Amino acid sequence: MKETSTNNAIDLRGTLCPMNWVKTKLILEEMEEGELLEVIIDEGEPMRNVPRSAKNEGHKIVKVETLEDNSCKLTIKRGVD
Amino acid sequence: MVTGNEYNAPSEATKVALQKEAAKLKLDFNELKSGGFIKQVQKNLFVVRLRCPGGSLTPEKLRKAAEIAEKYGTGEVHLSIRQSLEIIGVHHNNFSSVVKELKEVGWSVASCGPRIRVPNACGGCTWNPNGLMDTIKLCNEIDRNYFGVPTGHHKFKINISGCAIDCPDSRDADLGFQGILEPVLVPDLCNACTLCVKACEEQALVMEGDLPVRDDSKCIYCGDCVKVCPMDAMVRGKSGWLVRVGGKHGKHPIYGYEVAKFISDEQALSLVPKTLEWYRGIAVGRERIGTTLNKHGLQKYIEEVVKPLSLEAIETNEERKKYFSEGNIYK
Repeated sequence: MKETSTNNAIDLRGTLCPMNWVKTKLILEEMEEGELLEVIIDEGEPMRNVPRSAKNEGHKIVKVETLEDNSCKLTIKRGVD
Repeated sequence: MVTGNEYNAPSEATKVALQKEAAKLKLDFNELKSGGFIKQVQKNLFVVRLRCPGGSLTPEKLRKAAEIAEKYGTGEVHLSIRQSLEIIGVHHNNFSSVVKELKEVGWSVASCGPRIRVPNACGGCTWNPNGLMDTIKLCNEIDRNYFGVPTGHHKFKINISGCAIDCPDSRDADLGFQGILEPVLVPDLCNACTLCVKACEEQALVMEGDLPVRDDSKCIYCGDCVKVCPMDAMVRGKSGWLVRVGGKHGKHPIYGYEVAKFISDEQALSLVPKTLEWYRGIAVGRERIGTTLNKHGLQKYIEEVVKPLSLEAIETNEERKKYFSEGNIYK
């Protein structure tokens, strides 16, 4: 897969639901279709909510990495509006 | 000094006053209550409880309620604990006018007393993203078919939840329904991202090699893994209702017992009258079905109600355990 850009990134550790998704969504809205966004979220509730919301709104999670503190780095590919 | 007797005096006096008032007006207060008119502390005034299955209302009904509250009540409305709108301070002379005006918008008062109450429900899958089943559809069907049916013993409450979060408290109802789904993995689509494993609060999923494997003895069928899967590799297998029976609030609360799973809307609609028939026949006096179950044992209900309807029964406390977290009464 050709990764067009990974300049977009946000660390949302410590940000609670649903603000973590709201912040993610605001960045995605400014991006072009197919661009990538890296989001770091806490384990637990954010893990159940953020990926689900991204999926429901037509974006694609292309990569999931677990970090040392058990938080999670998602790479989200901007979907079509 | 206030003694115990003096402290109790006002409530006793109120009771006597109410009895006198009932006799004077030649009204049967219990009869009135069963129709959704509930006696207030204030002389001659009643709370009129309106029938709002699942708490759903239209703008037309809301306008009518406001109109009636201003015309016949004190102008106040109150949201009952079970999602119904109540008009406060209606004089008993105005009952027939209220009933007539409600009828204009196809509305009626709710039930009270020893009968099937207006069912409770959340938004279910209709607008709530957590919902797995159509709670509103089942709620309206139950209300349409069984609202107000006398039980012969005590009140009978039905609560319907769309998912395992269980906001409508299906555990606290005489009969509770909760939406569930069985996740099924399509291995070819899985990219081993592990999000499903991370999302599962029950630790029912573990990665074995490159694939998540589900332990059914832990899975509560909440559907979180299906919702989170970015590849649509974890998909909805069978879905339906988890059934709980015998829950109640009150001075001596009981958590409902899980008795069947993955039942359809049609099966749920047969379970209501079958359960009622069983309760009517076996309960003694004014007891809730939870008390009846505790006396006779849950297995009797399963043998006599769940199995004859060919439902997928939950028969052991071992299996029931997984639907609880802390405070599990089966521990």
